[in-house]
Amino acid sequence: MERIVVVGAGLAGLRAAETLRRRGFAGELTIIGDEPHRPYNRPPLSKEVLSGAQDPESCLLPSDGIEATWLLGHAATGLDLDRRVVGIGDDEVPFDGLVIASGCAARPWPGAEGIAGVHTLRGLDDVAAIRAALAGRPRTVIIGAGFIGCEVAASLAGLGADVTVVDQASRPMVPLGPVLGARAEALHRRHGVGFRLGTGVASVAAGSVTLSTGEVLAAELVLVAIGAVPNVGWLAGSGLKLAGGVECDRHCFAIGQENIVAAGDVASWQAGRGPTRIEHWTNAAEMGIAAAANLLAPPEEQVAYDPVPTMWSDQFGHRFQVAGHLADAEEFHTVVDEGDVLVLEGVAAGRLVCAAAINGGSRIAKYRRKLMAR
Amino acid sequence: MKVTVDKDRCEAHGQCVMAAEGVFALGDDDDVVTVLDETPGEDRRADVEHAAALCPVAAIKAGD
Repeated sequence: MERIVVVGAGLAGLRAAETLRRRGFAGELTIIGDEPHRPYNRPPLSKEVLSGAQDPESCLLPSDGIEATWLLGHAATGLDLDRRVVGIGDDEVPFDGLVIASGCAARPWPGAEGIAGVHTLRGLDDVAAIRAALAGRPRTVIIGAGFIGCEVAASLAGLGADVTVVDQASRPMVPLGPVLGARAEALHRRHGVGFRLGTGVASVAAGSVTLSTGEVLAAELVLVAIGAVPNVGWLAGSGLKLAGGVECDRHCFAIGQENIVAAGDVASWQAGRGPTRIEHWTNAAEMGIAAAANLLAPPEEQVAYDPVPTMWSDQFGHRFQVAGHLADAEEFHTVVDEGDVLVLEGVAAGRLVCAAAINGGSRIAKYRRKLMAR
Repeated sequence: MKVTVDKDRCEAHGQCVMAAEGVFALGDDDDVVTVLDETPGEDRRADVEHAAALCPVAAIKAGD
């Protein structure tokens, strides 16, 4: 393999590129990124960068040591499997090996694009736009009580802003389960965040959001935080299978391809428990490494990618953390519940299958190690 | 090799302990990681580089 192209200059693409070089790939390496920025760390965007506690520059991840050609500020627009080229507008970049790490985009509110004051948060430029809007001390409505919605609510409430979070679900951060979700809601309410749960949004207009109940919330700033969609538009018609992301086998190879792998938010791979796509930091890093290593390895040395997932979310100085799949648990046992610390073990058929915590310190890392050890 | 951790950045996520056991350690309620071995042998370089790659706050450096 003489030429490898990495599409995506986020965490998964960066870790893949780094791994290719560390594993001895000495050919031409090209990294294509749709944003103008070098790879940066996204978790601080909704927290420290939004609140102003951290400069955007501090999010940049070390990438200077990677010998590569960086094509930044231009999205890949096509893939030709027969000719083995990635299209960027009218240009083409040939490859022998390809890493697809094109990530996700924030899901927009239908019809709300272009309405003044309506934002999504995915990248550095989004945060800059929201920060600029904060100067006018806007009343803020956040549509979506997921991780991004809750983190932004905490950051803005911490700045003294008037924030209301709306979601159809009956509690925030549904994937955390009812116990952590209830604690999160109480934490937010204590800090002055308002909620309209079990409530839909009927319409979004400049300056207001109308709820399914008929209530109209004044909002000079609206954040749409209703999830993300895999960036696979550039692959349409390429012949790759794209149901729910780039479909991959258990070694991270795109189905039916022996020289194309995918990693991170965009990849839906065959994990031990079935097709899995994960939009969390640790998976982007680990899958970038695993996919790149498998791309270089002869078939008999390729390793199935089947991690125990983990995630965290910081709000109001509290850290919510999970190891394993919470949905797999039949019941939860409380291990610690003292002050601000809560640790739950999830059990199925008498076995530990996951753990969740608030301010659990390093316990979740230890649970993860335990779950991985078998 | 030389291992350094920026303790101002460290948030005790604990990924490094899993990636390079014996080099890093963390108690249940520690706020920052402890570096058990600041100059491990070259045979640990791949582990420490893996730990650096999985550190959510990019606090670890694997030097010469």
